[in-house]
Amino acid sequence: MDYFLSDEEKMMVELARKIAQEKIKPVREHYDETEEFPWPIVHDLAKADLCGAYIPEQYGGFGGKVFNLVLVVEELCKVDGGISLALAATALGTFPILIAGSEEQKKKYLPDIAAGRKLAAFGLTEPEAGSDATAMRTTAKKEGDFYVLNGTKCFITNAGEAETYTVFAKTNPERGPRGISCFIVEKGTPGFEFGKKEKKMGIRASVTRELIFNNCMIPKENLLGKEGHGLMVAQATLDTSRPGVAAQALGIAAGALEEAISYARTRVQFGQSISSFQAIQHMLADMATEVEAARCLLYQTARMMDANPGKRTTKESAMSKLYCSEVAMRVTTNAVQILGGYGYIREYPVEKMMRDAKITQIYEGTSQIQRNEIALQLIKESAAKK
Amino acid sequence: MHFIVCIKQVPNTTNVQIDQKTNTLKREGVESIINPFDEFAIEEAVRLKERTGGKTTVITMGPPQAENALREAIGRGIDNAILISDRAFAGADTWATSYTLASAIKKIGDYDLIICGKQATDGDTAQVGPGIAEMLDIPHVAYVKKIEEITPEKAKVERMMEDGYDIIEMPLPSLITVVKEINTPRMPSLRGMMASKKAQIPHWTAQEINAESTNIGLTGSPTQVMKIFTPPQRPGGEKLEGSPEEMAASLTDKLKQLQII
Repeated sequence: MDYFLSDEEKMMVELARKIAQEKIKPVREHYDETEEFPWPIVHDLAKADLCGAYIPEQYGGFGGKVFNLVLVVEELCKVDGGISLALAATALGTFPILIAGSEEQKKKYLPDIAAGRKLAAFGLTEPEAGSDATAMRTTAKKEGDFYVLNGTKCFITNAGEAETYTVFAKTNPERGPRGISCFIVEKGTPGFEFGKKEKKMGIRASVTRELIFNNCMIPKENLLGKEGHGLMVAQATLDTSRPGVAAQALGIAAGALEEAISYARTRVQFGQSISSFQAIQHMLADMATEVEAARCLLYQTARMMDANPGKRTTKESAMSKLYCSEVAMRVTTNAVQILGGYGYIREYPVEKMMRDAKITQIYEGTSQIQRNEIALQLIKESAAKK
Repeated sequence: MHFIVCIKQVPNTTNVQIDQKTNTLKREGVESIINPFDEFAIEEAVRLKERTGGKTTVITMGPPQAENALREAIGRGIDNAILISDRAFAGADTWATSYTLASAIKKIGDYDLIICGKQATDGDTAQVGPGIAEMLDIPHVAYVKKIEEITPEKAKVERMMEDGYDIIEMPLPSLITVVKEINTPRMPSLRGMMASKKAQIPHWTAQEINAESTNIGLTGSPTQVMKIFTPPQRPGGEKLEGSPEEMAASLTDKLKQLQII
């Protein structure tokens, strides 16, 4: 399908494809096996200027569009859904600064992130506060010119490797959802440590660790937005970042589809290529149709967001994330099915794609939470009409 | 300092086809790429500029579509590009090509170092780089694997040999051809690609580079290709068997038979 990409967008796709094919493909198995952090690839992405695709030009980026991020992440994830997460999770950690940061904060933090010199991470989830973020226990108590952070965040992508963290904590526990604030915390701040590294099913080239705050004093200038506005910042961030997860899911699905088609064409059983069997053909046709439908929904959502900066796109964003991740799971599962026994072994890439796809239905809001968000918006929209 | 890189567009395939009538390469329907060895030349020029400051220029002789190769070079960090293009250049051999590129470089005028890939993957002659140096009457070193030192006056380079390497000091301006060991070419960057899209690339004709019509293209080429063919496969050798004594005896017999000993 022709999505009428601009010349600049085509360049980004071309560049991302080149890096995916030439730099990531040869090492994807290695990083999946070893669970090492893919710094060499991050450096390649930085040198190619792709780290700042979603950051505005005045802060050293390349246009500041969500669609740019979507195109780059999709292309990288066609080859590997884990390695490029260093970039996508940095975007998630950076959006609170883009959304709520002051000019000084933006000038201080964004250029290093745009140039790929520093990675970022987003600290919201806690052991007892997953889908229900308001149940968080991390606190930030104001003392003079500082806030003192105490608590633990878990499942934080890029933790330990990133330099810049956007962290949510309760500044006023009595006020519930309105008592949460967002802060920038720099790696190396005394009282800020990293906990255990999780062993995951998929996206194993991506690092997931705890953030532990123990009387961590951060300067009051690091408050993002106003005190008590943290949850709004988090929600606006997730609205903006979910297309990134959707793009990851879409890329994984598209990559698996490609593998399934090329395998089906060359695999011979009963004296003919298995692509000549209608059972396989129909599976491939359904997979391709779903991938294209997912792409349409995601691209249109991203373009709508870029055309209306500041406007909330909760519903469309949730729809894109929900649909792309569900498609990714179905398509990768079917790709494994088409490859049969070979699909189940690690020598072929679809086994990993299926493992990588699963997370997209879980993080940055489970599929169930996305449905809640969509339904809530539908009800609100209907009520507003009366 | 000013670094000039000479590149060539070559077919992206090892199965090049030959036009039986003209005995030249068939280029239709084959994707063109920058000659892989020239990518090392481009990268080295960009690195030298980063090291010493100055500017980089890439040139190529070729049809209008060779402009794509020049744009790609800009995407990889080269500052300026010039396409040397004229119907009269068609059919040039290595001598006429060297003459044409040297004429263009004379027109550019100021330069400190010319860098070429060691050879092109289509013709495999490795003659054009040294040929340009001769036409310009400047020193050259081929098969360079490292530039140890460089100043506006001289350069110290390592030349790869079969049994090691030579360290050679040469005055500048001069020319080098480079081997793949010299560097790892970088990926293009978004900034570079945007610059390459916007770049204005002048096209210089034979007249504009003051090239003598008798020295260019097919007419200016002393080489005439009579026939191109795949060399016959070498027949396998003969293996002697038995004890060392028996093998030695049978070997001397055979050598005597052939009147070698």
